[in-house]
Amino acid sequence: METLLAIVIGVLYAAGLYLMMRRSIVKLVLGLGLIGHAANLLIFVTGRVQRGSSAVIPPDQTVLVAPFPDPVPQALILTAIVIGFGTQAFALVLLKRAYQAVKTDDMDAMNTTDR
Amino acid sequence: MAQSEITQADSQSPLMAWAMRGGIGWVLSILPLSLTLYFASLLPTITSGTVLRVSYTWIPSLGVDFAFIVDGLSLTFVLLVLGIGTLVVLYAGGYMAGDRQIGRFYLYLFLFMGAMVGLVLADNLITLFVFWELTSISSYLLIGYKHAYYSSRSSALQALLITGAGGLALLAGLVLLGIAAETQTISELGSRHELIVNSGLYAPILILVLIGAFTKSAQFPFQFWLPGAMAAPTPVSAYLHSATMVKAGVFLLARLNPALGDTPAWQITLTVFGAITMALGAYLAVSQTDLKRILAFTTVSSLGTLVMLIGIGGEHGIVAMMVFLIVHSLYKGCLFMVAGNIDHETGSRDVSILSGLRREMPITFGAAALAALSMAGLPPLLGFVGKELIYESTLDARFAAAAVTTVAVASNILMIVAAGMVAVRPFLPTGTTRHSTPRHPHEPPISMWLGPAVLATLSAVFGLFVVQVMQPIVTQGAAAILGEAVEVKLKLLPTSITGYFLLSVLTIALGIVSYLYARPALMQAGKATRGALEDGFVNGFTDLVNNTQAFARWITRALQSGYLRRYVLITIGAVVSVASAALLTRADLSAIRLFDTPLFLWETATILVILAGVALVLRARSRLTAIAGLGTVGFGITLIFFFFGAPDLVMTQFSVETLSVLLFILILYRLPIFTTISHRYSRLRDGIVAGLAGLLMTMITLLTIAGEELKPLTPFYAEASYVEARGRNVVNVILVDFRGIDTMGEITVLGIASLGIYLLLTLRLAPADGQAEAEDSTGKEQL
Repeated sequence: METLLAIVIGVLYAAGLYLMMRRSIVKLVLGLGLIGHAANLLIFVTGRVQRGSSAVIPPDQTVLVAPFPDPVPQALILTAIVIGFGTQAFALVLLKRAYQAVKTDDMDAMNTTDR
Repeated sequence: MAQSEITQADSQSPLMAWAMRGGIGWVLSILPLSLTLYFASLLPTITSGTVLRVSYTWIPSLGVDFAFIVDGLSLTFVLLVLGIGTLVVLYAGGYMAGDRQIGRFYLYLFLFMGAMVGLVLADNLITLFVFWELTSISSYLLIGYKHAYYSSRSSALQALLITGAGGLALLAGLVLLGIAAETQTISELGSRHELIVNSGLYAPILILVLIGAFTKSAQFPFQFWLPGAMAAPTPVSAYLHSATMVKAGVFLLARLNPALGDTPAWQITLTVFGAITMALGAYLAVSQTDLKRILAFTTVSSLGTLVMLIGIGGEHGIVAMMVFLIVHSLYKGCLFMVAGNIDHETGSRDVSILSGLRREMPITFGAAALAALSMAGLPPLLGFVGKELIYESTLDARFAAAAVTTVAVASNILMIVAAGMVAVRPFLPTGTTRHSTPRHPHEPPISMWLGPAVLATLSAVFGLFVVQVMQPIVTQGAAAILGEAVEVKLKLLPTSITGYFLLSVLTIALGIVSYLYARPALMQAGKATRGALEDGFVNGFTDLVNNTQAFARWITRALQSGYLRRYVLITIGAVVSVASAALLTRADLSAIRLFDTPLFLWETATILVILAGVALVLRARSRLTAIAGLGTVGFGITLIFFFFGAPDLVMTQFSVETLSVLLFILILYRLPIFTTISHRYSRLRDGIVAGLAGLLMTMITLLTIAGEELKPLTPFYAEASYVEARGRNVVNVILVDFRGIDTMGEITVLGIASLGIYLLLTLRLAPADGQAEAEDSTGKEQL
C-alpha cells in the first residue's frame, strides 16, 4: 500500500509544480494547494502507516499499547494543515487585490518592477 | 579648484590655517618617527643575532596566532617602511597643502603604513595574509584618492583587481602550505623544507604563492598595473610604489625562501620571470616622457632584479638582493619626491619641456643628482655596491649565467639612461630655447625638500660607511632569508680588478654613451613597440574584465529573468538533477519493496479519486472545475488519514478543506475562465521537469520507507502523555502541552495572516484607479 501512496505523493508534487510554472496566478495558488497536500502526505507515509488503531491511550491503560500509529508525524501534519490554510487564505486575498490592480491574472503583466 | 578652497571658519583659526598650509605633516610625522626610533633601538639586539618573537593566541582551533617576529629581514623592511614613511608623511603635508580632504588622505596613509608594518613583522601565515589584504585595500583607497577623475578610479580598480586576485591565490597557497608543513608559524617552515618540497602539494603551493607575489610586485605578465597606479598623488607613489607595497611580493618570496626555495622550479621560475621583468621595465622606462611613468617603469625593472636575485639565490644572490633592496628604496623614494617637487612647482612632469631648473631648485637638484648617481651605480654611492653585488651573483648563477648577466648589464645601461632623464635633463640647461612651464618654478618649502635630501644623503652615507652601517643588518637579513647563519663582507671599492668590476665600468661607460647619443633611437623603438608591450597588457586586462562582466550580465539575465515560473523551473530543475545524481550513485535502490501489504478496495478507490481530482485540476477550463478538483483531492486525503488511524487529522483536514473550498469559490468565482497562453513546447518542458520532480519524491518516499525505522521521540510521548500530562489523545497532548510554545507560534502565524488579509481587504488603491475602487467595494461585500 505504501507504493501506491508514494505514487500519489509523486503525482501531487508533479501536478503542483507544473501548475506553479504556469503564467496564471490562479494556477499558482492551486499548485501551492496541491504541494501542501503532497507534503502532508509525505510526512504521513514516511512516518510509516498502519491501519485501524489511533494514537489514543485506552481508558484502562496509562501508556499507548502497541500497535499504535506514530503520533509525532500526526502532530506535525496538524500544524502544517492549519498553517497551510492561513497562507492559502492570504495568497487568495492577495491574488484578488492583484487582479483588481492589474486587471489580469497573467503573471507576466505583474513583474515590471522585477526586471 | 573646489578642493583648495579654505572656508571662512578655517581661515579665522590660525592653527587650522597653519595645518592646512602643510604644518599638519610635521605633527603627524612624529608618530612614524618615534616608531622608527624604537625599531632602530632594536638594531644592536638583532645584529647580534637575536630574534625577537611575540605572539598572542587568536584562533587556537585553527592554529592561527597573532604572531610577530623581528629578525634581520623584517627589521630591514620595518625601518624602510617607517623611515621613508616619516619623510612621506612630512612631504605630503607640503605637497597636499590646501587640500580639504587631507584628513582622509592621512587616514588612508596611516592605515597603509600599519598594514605594511604588520605584514613584514608577521610570523603566522594567516596573520601575514590579513595584513597583505589590508595593504591591497588601503592602496586602492590611496590610488583612487583623486576620486573625481575617471582615470584615477579605473587605475585604483585595476590595481585592486590584480592584487586582490593575487591575494586570493596567495590565501589558497598559504593554506596549502600550512597543511603541507603542519604548522602555520612562518619561522618554523624552514626546518620543514624537506616535508614541504616532497609533500605533493609543492607544485600548487609554488604556483599560487608566486601568483600572489608576482601580482603584488608587478612581475611579468602583471607589470602593467604599476605604471597605471601613478594616478595616485605623488607622495603615495613615492611611498607605495618605491619603498613599500610593491616590495611586499619581494618580501614574501624572501620570507618563504627557506620553506619553498632551493629547488630547480623555484630558481628557474624566479630567475626567468625576474629577468624578463627587469629587461622589459628598463626598456619601457627610457621611451617615456612623463617623469612619474619613467620612474614607475624603472621600479618595475628593479622589482624584477630583486625577484631574479632571490631566484639566483645562494649567499651571493641573497646578499645582493638585501643590499639592492635598500639601495632602491633610498634612491627611488627620493626621485619620486623630486618628481613631485618638479610637478608641484612647475605644473609639468614632461621631461621634453623641463630644463634648467637647477637655478630655481638647487636643493631638489642636489638630492636628485645624488639619487641618480646611486641609481646609475657610481661610486661612492650605495648603488655602486648594489650593482657590484648583482654582477657578482649573476656571474655566479647556477644556470644560464652568461644570459642572465647580459640581461642585467643591458638593463643597467638603460637604468643609467633613465637616471639621466629623470635627474639631469630637467635641471641642466639644454641647447634649445627654454620652454615655459605652467607655473614659474621656485624651491618648494622645507617639508618637501627635506625628504629627498635625507634619502639622497643616506645613499651616500650608507655607501661610504657600507661596512659599519650596512654589513651587520645585511648579514642578519641574509641569514633570515637563507635560513642559516652567513658571514657577509661588504666593501665599497674592490681591492682587486675582478670580472664584475670590469662589467660595472663597462655598464657605466655604455650608459653614459647611450644617454648622450642613443636616446632618440631608444625613444623611437619604445614608441614603435608600445602598442604590444605597454598598451597590449592593459587592453588585454580590460578585455578580460569586460568579458567577465558581459558573462555575468548574460548569466544573470538567463537566471534572473523576472518570471516566477522561470525561477521555479530553474530551482526545481537544479534540485532534481543534483538529488537524482546522488540517488542514483549513492542510494541502494534494490532495498525498495514495490509489492507490500495489498490495499483494500475502498483504499484503492480513494486513491483513484485523488488522482482523478488532480487530473481535474490540471485539465480544468473553468475555475469552478479546478476548485472542485482541488476539493476532491483534499477530501480524498482526509479519507487516507481516516483509514490509517489519524482521527485528529481527519477532523482538521475536513474542516479546513471545507473552508478552503468556500474561500476559493468566493474569491475566484468572478474571475475569467482559464485561457491557454503558454506555448505547447514550454508546457511539455515544464511537464517533464515537474514529472521528474514527482518521480524523485516518489523514490525518496519509497527509499525512506525501505530504510531503518528511526523513532527516537515516539516512545517518550507514548509513555509520558498520560503519566505526565494527563491526556489520553497523544497527538493533542503533543500540540498543547509538550510542544505548546510551538502551537503558540502557529497561532501567531495565523493571527498575522488574518491581519494581513484584513488589511488587504480594507486597503484603498490609488485614487487615480477609480474603477478598481468600485470593484474593491463589491469584493468586500462578497466576502
